Amino acid sequence: MKGALEKKKIKTIKVNLDKCIGCRACEIACSAFHANPKYSSVNPARSRIRMVIDLLNDEYVPIRAADYTKAECDGRHVYTINEKEYSECSFCGSVCPARDLFKEPDSGLPLKCDMCEDDPPQKEPLCVQVCRVDALTYEEKEEEVEEEVKLGQMEIGLESLVGKYGLQKIVDTVARMSNK
Amino acid sequence: MRYAETGYNLEIDLSRGNIERVETDPRLTELHLGGQGTAAKILWDRVPPEVEPFSPDNLLIFSSALLHATPVPGANRSVVNTINPQTNLYSHSIFGGFFGPELKHAGYDKIIFRGKSPNLVYLWINNDKVELRDASHLQGKGALETAALLQEELKDPKAQVAAIGLAGENRVYMASIEHANSSASRGVGSVMGDKKLKAIVVRGTKDINVARPAELWEICNRQYKEIYDNPYCGDVFLREDDDSWHVNNFAWGNARVRNKNYWTKEVEEQWKEITERVRVRWTACYNCPKDCHQAIAFPGRPKYFQKCYSKLTYAMAAFEGLKFNYDILGVTQEYGLDGFSTPQVLAFAVELYEAGILTDNDLPGFPSDGAGRFFYLVEKIVRREGVGDALANGVYWAARQIGKGAEAFDHNTTKKFEQVPLKLGKVNHPYFIMYATGEKMAITQIEGSYPQTPEPDIEERKRLVEGWVAAPERFKKWFLEWEPRQDPPVEASVNIADWNEIMHYVDDAVGTCAFLSSFRGQFGCRPPYHIYNLPNFISLATGMDLDADGLWEIASRNRNLIRAINIRRGLKRIDEKPPDDHWKIREPEMEQKLLDAYYEFKGWTNDGIPTKDTLDKLGLDYVSEDFVQRGILTGNEGTPSKETSAGKDE
Repeated sequence: MKGALEKKKIKTIKVNLDKCIGCRACEIACSAFHANPKYSSVNPARSRIRMVIDLLNDEYVPIRAADYTKAECDGRHVYTINEKEYSECSFCGSVCPARDLFKEPDSGLPLKCDMCEDDPPQKEPLCVQVCRVDALTYEEKEEEVEEEVKLGQMEIGLESLVGKYGLQKIVDTVARMSNK
Repeated sequence: MRYAETGYNLEIDLSRGNIERVETDPRLTELHLGGQGTAAKILWDRVPPEVEPFSPDNLLIFSSALLHATPVPGANRSVVNTINPQTNLYSHSIFGGFFGPELKHAGYDKIIFRGKSPNLVYLWINNDKVELRDASHLQGKGALETAALLQEELKDPKAQVAAIGLAGENRVYMASIEHANSSASRGVGSVMGDKKLKAIVVRGTKDINVARPAELWEICNRQYKEIYDNPYCGDVFLREDDDSWHVNNFAWGNARVRNKNYWTKEVEEQWKEITERVRVRWTACYNCPKDCHQAIAFPGRPKYFQKCYSKLTYAMAAFEGLKFNYDILGVTQEYGLDGFSTPQVLAFAVELYEAGILTDNDLPGFPSDGAGRFFYLVEKIVRREGVGDALANGVYWAARQIGKGAEAFDHNTTKKFEQVPLKLGKVNHPYFIMYATGEKMAITQIEGSYPQTPEPDIEERKRLVEGWVAAPERFKKWFLEWEPRQDPPVEASVNIADWNEIMHYVDDAVGTCAFLSSFRGQFGCRPPYHIYNLPNFISLATGMDLDADGLWEIASRNRNLIRAINIRRGLKRIDEKPPDDHWKIREPEMEQKLLDAYYEFKGWTNDGIPTKDTLDKLGLDYVSEDFVQRGILTGNEGTPSKETSAGKDE
């Protein structure tokens, strides 16, 4: 099922690792913005952007909390950078049962970057605002994307049945049932 | 709820292995803020003057500062205080990086160590879980190497580590404590080693709350930009390739000679090329947009961080070039040696050898070149081998232990502590006061708000004064009237010394970096933090009601309390002098007049002791009582007689 094309605003945070100085202001600003009441506390452990830092191995990587990890992810790739081995998970933004990153320290509930939605809107996400060295920059662009077609309840149910038994079997079953 | 601070300290008894979490008195925060201020109060209360630096009763205090872990940009300097074995006086050291904020997120404002561990241990703080662990496998390991090993062992790359190297383990007086991209110098590493504490590892995931969130965030968000855009703050000198200011003006060797013609365009290009080759990245401290530290990868050495004037200290002391400096730092950073005092001790030893006081018997196989000699001596010192055992006690003590006229080569210490190698022309009045009376043992921790030299161009002078929001009015007048080759009036000199040091006492209590504040007004007059805007940051973060006068008063209280610690340990007026040959031309009479004027201005006796009146007005009654009991004061000093008689009449 295909939808019509429509224009949509895409919000992106671009990361330039070469410019990062490892100050962690992004973590501080993020945790302050998402505190309740707003700005009332700081705690990098609650931040939805996290610095993966190895000061001496020149590893300065801000990672943003993304979606819940996909079930089929096995994270088994291993990368070597500057003679140090990293797993696929090292720089992954997914909230994942396999690790503590991007979970509320108290409740364990997942944290996800919301681009600092605010009323009135922020000019850019807070981590970008405080990153004066421009390791993080904000970009909004209009893109033509397919309009998302919302499926009804029955369609969702049928789709999963189709996925499980195949279309032909469903059609046969429906035909048999309607003959009764 | 406590704002900005956690309200708890950790008390660690290393002798018995006992660990306690102790609630602090919020009233002390109002009186002393935090950091160095509250640490001084603990040292005064709990370390009586008869306690020797290497006694188990000496305390070693790691303090976060009041604004750590709040959104205030550049508040990240942690403080280490103890009694110093080299000076037998109060010891003050600060370091940047990430340690203090992490400690607060773990739920503690300070770690107070007492006693001595029977075996080498490290402390592991993981929020509420705090334990002393065996560190025998880390014995002799490098300071940064130790940090990496512990992060791996504890499976927590986010844990922050402060560790000593071999120098600290062997109680070398120049031993530093190394943390991430920063070092705590001025000898605190030797006390950590004496207590057999190899490292502290801390990890915290708790909230730090602030009193007035929205208003605080607004000024902090603006401050990131102000700091980043301000060309007069951060480590301005290190960020430039032109090192002529240090190379031409500071003394080479054992603080002996100036080399005014060393710097040329060719040297600059060559040095720039070397630096760019070894530098991996410029890096910052916690929550600060200035990147003042270089991560260095020198071939054949472990990677390390270089900061401040340590880029040149070893090279100039050894009469060598920049490449040698980067090379030896790769060794000394892992051993945990202070990059300011150590090069001077090494240069002092070389002089003794050249003068025939130290011989080939003392230094078998001593190389003939400057670089080789420095590497040789470092190994002797960190292991306290042979003559290295005396040299490990710093220039003052080594000179006396070696004898045979070595004392004459100890010409650059004050209160037994090595000073920055500067040899200048004529005595500078405010600097005379600061060198003589400073409690922090290094001029860089005392100077910094008022310009070092007058501005010859009157228009430029006016321009500087016009936007000088950091300065109280009186300083603007004195600066406008200050002509080249003139001394400021005595009154101005006293005030300059006072303002300069007070700003450091502010920073060292709230944690703002001196490179954004107390050290950075002197070049360009535009520090991002100053006495007039800091009270607002502190008030909004803590909920305290504070203005510039109130902040100045707290800083004075801390300053007087620290002086009192030293007075009680025997500091005398006669000790208050700069290195003998710091200036070629001296003015003995004027110098004593300056000292008199400064003491009087501070409300101290002619012996440099805070009077009862001064102490009581600052709420330090318990200090004046102690002084009267000990006979240090009679209690009648400096009390204006008129006031007394008026009081009696009523």
